[in-house]
Amino acid sequence: MFIHYVQLGFYSLRRNPVLTLLMVMSIGLGVAASMTTWSVFRVVSGNPLPDKSSQLFVPQLDNWGPNDIVKNGQPPNAVTYRDAMAFMQAHEAERQTALYPVRYAVTPERTGAEPFRVQGHAVFADFFPMFELPFRFGAGWSRADDDAHAGAVVISRQLNDRVFGGANSVGRSIHLGDHDFRITGVLDNWNPQPRFYDVSNHSAFGDQPDIFVPFNRAIDLHTQTNGNNACHENSAPGFEGWLHSECVWIAFWAELPDAAAQSRFRSFLEGYGAKQQQSGRFNWPPQAQMHNLQDWLDYTRVVPSETPVSLAVSAGFLLVCLVNAVGLMLAKFMRRAPEIGVRRALGATRQAIYAQFLAEATMVGLAGGLVGLAFTALGILAIGVVFEAAIARLAHFDLWLITLTVLTAIVATLIAAFYPAWRAAQVQPAWQLKSN
Amino acid sequence: MQIKPIIAALRHHKAGTLLIALQIALTLAIVCNALFIIHLRMAHMAQTSGVDEANLLVIQNGWVGKPAAGENASMLAADLATLRKVPGVVDVYATNAWPLAEGGTVYGIGHTPDKLALVTSTAVYFVDDHALATLGLKLVAGRNFHADEISATGPDHVAPAEVIVTRALAERMFPDGSALGKMVYVSAKPSVIVGVVERMQAPWVDNFAAKWADYATLVPYQLMDSAGANYMVRAVPGQRDDVVRAAPKALLAANPMRVINRDNGVQTYADIRADAYKSDRGMAILMSVISVMLLAITAAGIVGLTSFWVGQRRKQIGVRRALGATRGDILRYFLTENLLIGIGGVLIGIVMAVTVNLWVVTQFEMARLSLGYVIVGTAVLLVLGQCAVLAPALRASKVPPVEATRSV
Repeated sequence: MFIHYVQLGFYSLRRNPVLTLLMVMSIGLGVAASMTTWSVFRVVSGNPLPDKSSQLFVPQLDNWGPNDIVKNGQPPNAVTYRDAMAFMQAHEAERQTALYPVRYAVTPERTGAEPFRVQGHAVFADFFPMFELPFRFGAGWSRADDDAHAGAVVISRQLNDRVFGGANSVGRSIHLGDHDFRITGVLDNWNPQPRFYDVSNHSAFGDQPDIFVPFNRAIDLHTQTNGNNACHENSAPGFEGWLHSECVWIAFWAELPDAAAQSRFRSFLEGYGAKQQQSGRFNWPPQAQMHNLQDWLDYTRVVPSETPVSLAVSAGFLLVCLVNAVGLMLAKFMRRAPEIGVRRALGATRQAIYAQFLAEATMVGLAGGLVGLAFTALGILAIGVVFEAAIARLAHFDLWLITLTVLTAIVATLIAAFYPAWRAAQVQPAWQLKSN
Repeated sequence: MQIKPIIAALRHHKAGTLLIALQIALTLAIVCNALFIIHLRMAHMAQTSGVDEANLLVIQNGWVGKPAAGENASMLAADLATLRKVPGVVDVYATNAWPLAEGGTVYGIGHTPDKLALVTSTAVYFVDDHALATLGLKLVAGRNFHADEISATGPDHVAPAEVIVTRALAERMFPDGSALGKMVYVSAKPSVIVGVVERMQAPWVDNFAAKWADYATLVPYQLMDSAGANYMVRAVPGQRDDVVRAAPKALLAANPMRVINRDNGVQTYADIRADAYKSDRGMAILMSVISVMLLAITAAGIVGLTSFWVGQRRKQIGVRRALGATRGDILRYFLTENLLIGIGGVLIGIVMAVTVNLWVVTQFEMARLSLGYVIVGTAVLLVLGQCAVLAPALRASKVPPVEATRSV
């Protein structure tokens, strides 16, 4: 019976090509607009580390005082070198790392190869297990390497391919700046989006870092930050002066697996702030606060504001297309009132009429879904115009998106069809036959 | 035209009437807000940077191997000299940041060294005595830096004896207009304002810097960064593209121990501007496309439903024509009917537009919708409705009176 209804639906769609085309296009466009923006939204608002996001915390300290204008009274997003080092030494968390972005020129060993620039981060040994970095060869360096200020380095797969032709380079050296670094590990592809680990320093969407070097070694080499440096007060001259200044430029992360560890760390942070006030460094009671990963991404507004706005607009667009489809279907179904009257008079139940028109609507939905797929593909190609290239690269057409597009189209059309189909089922056979 | 019979007729088509009105309302709500977002983005993009964008380019140069402490200054000086010799170069200086760079240095600035008493934040640009000529900045008061005032510093140490500020910052610090010669504090030491330039935008165009986007402080420093150096180069009008090609070649020929990335090592201001405002432009395009599609779909919906109504009422139209109604009467009937539905729709739509806007304002820190957009949106939708209904209404007016005698 269902097949028969589908056939009936198909004939009916052909009978009224203009109305049908309007309906299909309307649904297709609505679905495509919402799917295209949703595909961006799912990339930019995703949780980069779902299993651990509630255990990773960023502490903040308002070393600039309550009247700070840049952050509207909120503590800065980054911390100073002296505070980062105090947090590291206190070792109040299970794992912890300070980090900042660095940039070096690489001089390949092969003669004649051009030098090139690489970017990455100076981090502590805990960084690798904390953020679950996948290794292709080797591993991160040890805490002992941190303490020894060792010249170790973890390089990306891409850099390994470029310099070592993809071979296992663990144990070999790479020349960064004017020093050799011993490779302890080669990463597999690792580029979580957003690049949550250092949102205060660079754009949250972008390329994978090429290198990770030990923080202490980078400081020893007077490596300046490749990110933002926000100062509120003059510092003494030279690198040492900068390290002891109130300039903030370091991201700090602590892994706190349970509530007890979190409250312990919080009280440590508050105690630390109070001590700074007592010692005369701050002449205000410092606020100390911490956010877990997901809250941190909200707090720092990592998701570009145009993404939720365009998602909302696209959802509204889909709604208008649906209202449009309800109207068109109503017109289309009611035009067949005489035919419905005959069927009812010949013994068809209301349910049967209802089923017939819902089957027809499913056909419309399916066609709308296919048109929607084509438009979504176009939309995804066009994302590069609307969003930053780094984001556009991430939005892609996969099986999940295809399924969702077609399903959304069918479900939305069925929802839109309920009222017109109900009206069709209410047609009075006697009245229709009489007027005929 | 009698409105009463039209309303009576619409009562028989409650569902269709309501659907068209709802569609018009939703469309109005979305289009008003979309137009408004487009306007905000265009206004954002229309800000001027204050520098001579047409002829400027930026070279980002990385050193290979770290220069020794004493060498950095001489390498920088040698590069500046090399660049000045490139044909078509007007002037050149080395710096930390530039307008629209999206990265740079920000300091608090105040009337006292007390860091709790800051007046505002300000972008800090490291410049030498060639900066004004290179950027094409206009001094509105005071003087440029002298060559002997320029000193070398790392990115960490800023305690200038003299500063040049933008006019916007000068007025913010000294609203009575007496900024020249006054003391300000970006560090523990006082800095005297020796010059005021007309305009120079901060490096950031994002929301967080919106309040101080026009506040910039030029400090007389040459930046010693062991990682590299950035050069601002101004070309003779018309020769910018030649300089883009020649400058990196000249630098590499003079000293090959450097990296100038092929893809973004040399950028013109056109590239920099496009990068900085990419999301603004994209958002404006997205909103325009959506608005146009939405209007098209709404118009199509009106055509579809009205055609259906015309088909349904052929007999009644025939009766009216047989009783003496002219074609114009029938045409006017459908136009008025659509206008009534349209007015109902836009009334709901105005309420919706304001509600949606209030939500957007609280969520995304945007400004309030201005009344102009609502008026424009309303007018556009009513006219669109009349245009959409015209074709079916014309068809209705052509129904012959003889139709009254036929049974369906």
